[in-house]
Amino acid sequence: MQVIVNSETGFPLIELAEGEHAVLERLDLPEEFARRLMELGFLPGHVITAARSAPGGDPRVFRVDGSEIALRRDTAARLRVRPPAAV
Amino acid sequence: MSGAPRTVAIVGPPNSGKTTLFNRLTGLRQKVANFPGVTVEQHLGTAQLSPDREVDLIDLPGVYSLRARSEDEQVTRNVLAGTMAGVPRPDAVLLVLDSTNLGRHLVLAAPILSLGLPTLVILNLADDLRARGGDVDTAALARQLGAPVALISAAKGEGVETVIQFLLSRVSAPAPLELPVLQDVPRCRQWATRVGRHAGYQPPAPPLWTRRLDRVFLHPVWGPLIFAVVVVAVFQTIFSGARPLMEGVETLITASGGWLGARMPAGVWKSLVIDGVWNGVGSVLVFLPQILLLFLFIGILEDSGYLARAALIADRTMARVGLQGKSFIPLLSAYACAVPAILATRTIENRRDRIATILIAPFMTCSARLPVYTLIIAAFLPERPVAGPFLGSRAAALLGLYVLGFLAAFGTARVLKSSVLKSGPSAFVLEMPSYRWPTWRGLGLRLLDRAKVFLRRAGTVILGVAVVVWALAHLPLHDGRAPRIEHSLVGVMGRAVEPLIRPLGFNWKIGVGLVSSLAAREVIVGTLGTIYGIEGEAESAGLQAALRHDLTPAGAVALLVFFAFAMQCTSTIAVVRRETGGWKWPAVQFGYMGALAWVGAFTANQVLSRVF
Ligand SMILES: Nc1nc2c(ncn2[C@@H]2O[C@H](COP(=O)(O)OP(=O)(O)OP(=O)(O)O)[C@@H](O)[C@H]2O)c(=O)[nH]1
Repeated sequence: MQVIVNSETGFPLIELAEGEHAVLERLDLPEEFARRLMELGFLPGHVITAARSAPGGDPRVFRVDGSEIALRRDTAARLRVRPPAAV
Repeated sequence: MSGAPRTVAIVGPPNSGKTTLFNRLTGLRQKVANFPGVTVEQHLGTAQLSPDREVDLIDLPGVYSLRARSEDEQVTRNVLAGTMAGVPRPDAVLLVLDSTNLGRHLVLAAPILSLGLPTLVILNLADDLRARGGDVDTAALARQLGAPVALISAAKGEGVETVIQFLLSRVSAPAPLELPVLQDVPRCRQWATRVGRHAGYQPPAPPLWTRRLDRVFLHPVWGPLIFAVVVVAVFQTIFSGARPLMEGVETLITASGGWLGARMPAGVWKSLVIDGVWNGVGSVLVFLPQILLLFLFIGILEDSGYLARAALIADRTMARVGLQGKSFIPLLSAYACAVPAILATRTIENRRDRIATILIAPFMTCSARLPVYTLIIAAFLPERPVAGPFLGSRAAALLGLYVLGFLAAFGTARVLKSSVLKSGPSAFVLEMPSYRWPTWRGLGLRLLDRAKVFLRRAGTVILGVAVVVWALAHLPLHDGRAPRIEHSLVGVMGRAVEPLIRPLGFNWKIGVGLVSSLAAREVIVGTLGTIYGIEGEAESAGLQAALRHDLTPAGAVALLVFFAFAMQCTSTIAVVRRETGGWKWPAVQFGYMGALAWVGAFTANQVLSRVF
């Protein structure tokens, strides 16, 4: 939504391996949907941890802001994150 | 604003324990209705605070904000603003937040406090917070928010007296130290973090048990296996487990009908009460145990947190036909009855997905089709083994009909979701709650709720239809006596529809059955019994013989196909109208299913009558 992405370090959330975490940079989603995710804790600057996924790998569960939220892969592919070290 | 409140709204994010608190405060003194014009249910109740003080409580749907995008948010906003017709403006608010996830949940405090209504901020699940080593200073939080704060456990009953004290006191408007700009989600979240920090909030350790359980329930192999076992167990219980109960209810209805019949003088009134009302309403009441059992299961699955996992596992398969994981449970419920299934679609927030699920639910083989299927199959198909001792020809035919309904449902979903009800590719978001033990209290109140809704319908719509069908079968009177069935009004109706159904292989008697089964599918069995002049369903062998005489084998298959597809159920139509907020969708659904039934039966009859 805001924040210019550094294309060298940024990658889509979906590429995060289970158990790893990253910092959310932006949500490339329609306004309404992005807001809804932000209310659930997917806010730029927040740390997201990849947790389990459904058998078959889709949807995936992410830990964010103290709760676990499942997103489909195509949604997760549109959230840009960067490695925590680059904070 | 001062004085003790009279009407109080309970507000909070989903799963924060609003309903648990509401149940604790009101007990059995509650009722469910729909907010006018929308599909959101309103739960109203009365809490007895002291021997001479009561307060009315409104349990509002779970929301994360008051932005009024979803129907739930609109309702919450309108009720709090006092602009909801028929609902008095609340003069205080109980804001229920999950204390184990305070950072995120406190965000809702901003829009609520800015309304200026006296508010008690309730931090619920205190037991869970402490068990996992979290902490919060309620006095400090109260200073930050400028409103009283109570740390409670609604499930255990701890701290509920603070809530009662608040409701008894002279309440005043909140005076928060600072409020964020409400439109800016990140700012609101930062504000919540700041407030939490000033209140010494220590988030609890992660829920280890939940993670351990998920390791099993979402395991690539065990996960789907457990899922399958759960589904089969639900299925098996609502069919076999419910049978003794259903038979019990049936015996009770027959016995009471017989008792009453023996005490009434023979004549038209006796016929109305026994043949019309008792049998008509009774044939539907029989399904009450099955429906309650189904809701007990759904209640356990939902309150324990497994339902979210089941939806997660089912999502990929459902996505193939354009639906989503949350449609799965309603469709499973529809195997018992479409009515509770359609009520269960409320958990689907995406409106298009919800409508699609509602539209296909009546295709699933509900228990009302069973008596019809059983009768026709038994009349036309001799029993012989198909797959060794495990599967007989009749069971196989029944299974085939289940598959037929399933295919129709998923085919329709596919068509709908790739055309009129197409929704964005990824509207699916699902919160995974922690696993919890369901409470007896919660389950009991939920069942009571559903039983009341069901009985109210049986007492109104179904009673009405039963009386009308009876009257049409007994009018017009000839010399004060009921006419023979073919000269009665239903007979006339049967003949009127005959040209339409002749190509399907049905005569006017079947036509009468079809017309009467518009009320409820299983009604056709009783109607055919009446038409063929056979007393009671006990002599179903006689009814079978009569059917064999009147229907060709091709016509029998056509009749089965017709029942598999047609939407013959006034209760379903009524509930679809209520849930979609208008006549448009039930009309579309009725037309579509009727057309499909006609074409399906026509094809079956035309093709098979050339084969046989
Ligand atoms: N351990 C514990 N569990 C609780 C407490 N309060 C509620 N629960 C459980 O939390 C779950 C959700 O509670 P509900 O009362 O249905 O929550 P709700 O806010 O009404 O949820 P929605 O209707 O979805 O908005 C249930 O399984 C409750 O049994 C509590 O104080 N402690």
